[in-house]
Amino acid sequence: MTHDDNLLTFPGTRTCPLDPPPELTQLRADSSIQRVQIWDGSTPWLATRYDDVRAVLSDAMLSADPDMPGYPHHSAGSAARKREHTKMFVSLDDPKHRVLRRMVTHDFTVKNVEAMRPRIQQMADQLIDDMLDGPRPADLVEAFSLALPSLVICAMMGVPYEDRAVFHDTSRAMTSRTATQDEAVATLRQMREYFLKLIDRKATDPGEDMVSRLVERELQSGAVDLEDLVAILELVLVGGHDTTNNMIALGTAVLLEHPDVMERLRHTTDLDLVANTVEELLRYLSIFHMGRGRAVLEDTAVNGHELQADDGIIAALDLANRDPAAFPDPDSFDIDRANARRHVAFGFGVHQCLGQTLARVELQVALQTLARRIPTLALAVSFEDLPFKHESSVYGLHELPVTW
Amino acid sequence: MKVTVDKDVCVGAGMCVLNAPEVFDQDDDGTVVLLDASPGDEEDTDVREAAHTCPSGAITVTEGP
Repeated sequence: MTHDDNLLTFPGTRTCPLDPPPELTQLRADSSIQRVQIWDGSTPWLATRYDDVRAVLSDAMLSADPDMPGYPHHSAGSAARKREHTKMFVSLDDPKHRVLRRMVTHDFTVKNVEAMRPRIQQMADQLIDDMLDGPRPADLVEAFSLALPSLVICAMMGVPYEDRAVFHDTSRAMTSRTATQDEAVATLRQMREYFLKLIDRKATDPGEDMVSRLVERELQSGAVDLEDLVAILELVLVGGHDTTNNMIALGTAVLLEHPDVMERLRHTTDLDLVANTVEELLRYLSIFHMGRGRAVLEDTAVNGHELQADDGIIAALDLANRDPAAFPDPDSFDIDRANARRHVAFGFGVHQCLGQTLARVELQVALQTLARRIPTLALAVSFEDLPFKHESSVYGLHELPVTW
Repeated sequence: MKVTVDKDVCVGAGMCVLNAPEVFDQDDDGTVVLLDASPGDEEDTDVREAAHTCPSGAITVTEGP
């Protein structure tokens, strides 16, 4: 397909590393839901306003299934993977989505995640001890932001942390906007093999962990088949560390650019202030900067905008979170923002992030512990020279060189 | 205010517990549990935030004694 000069290209290119591309910000101001052109030449709709994004993601006529006609893929790799692989429930519609998701909601209730807070704090302290004992400058991604959520999700699931290379590779291939068909399929095969072996081990030698519980309660009872279980585990493991990694790294960089905020975090004993700082970072950074794709199953209308069967639509989470109609002065980073928690950084509708409660606690612990433990923490390169993940479907930092 | 919840549409995101822990809880599988169907005025803001941020529309708030 050739480029349609009348349409904007999505996702576009940022001119400021923390703001959405200016032409898309302008698009949100100009009109509600509009067509854009994406990498494969297709022209899905784009919802950019807060109310529209919430309506799109709440509409049962809009499918999250990438096999449906019109579904807007974010890369060739994503398109290939979704054809060849058993779908994770994030890519399934109800009722099957609901059945599979409910098998793992237990682990992510507010109560069960809060119970993990002391352990997450211990892990964070240990990683910081190790980093402070090592050379300066250090890469905070390697030493802390990737390590912490990886340790946490491994402990929760019962996956040996020594095996992390398997899922770190898969995450990279899954979120890459340039991943080829071969790369995407190969890394997922590797991960599938890994989980098949792990499931076998947990069946004969169960522990107090998520994989053991799912094997015993859901697989052996026949409630879930082996391929669906593997897909659940892949989703939880990959979803459970890479997004949090990117939020910790990018969040730390933002806080280092706001020394006054860092100072407040360092001294406060008010957990609500820490929590609201995290909510504001989630809103402000909106790392799912390629939005969420949906395929239109039947003719429908979203907030009065007509959509036809087989159209594709993208809900732009980052643009919704900067919508001045929902968040006054949306481009300023304000940890006292009264309605920060209304953000859609975790999506909206039935597919809203399963692990959001865990992500919140990890971010609260990670950022406040960094502020408290390393008062002299500073970027080792200028902010503008940080390696931002422009080419990834999940925004973040490849490295965060810091010193102290 | 009167509060009702729909356990069938709940997806266990936990936003209600974060916003209004006096009014909402989650059962062992994450599904919403309504602790107080007629919360007092002091809960008004928190309950409305819970309803607004519930991703699946499982919470309904109506006026009334």
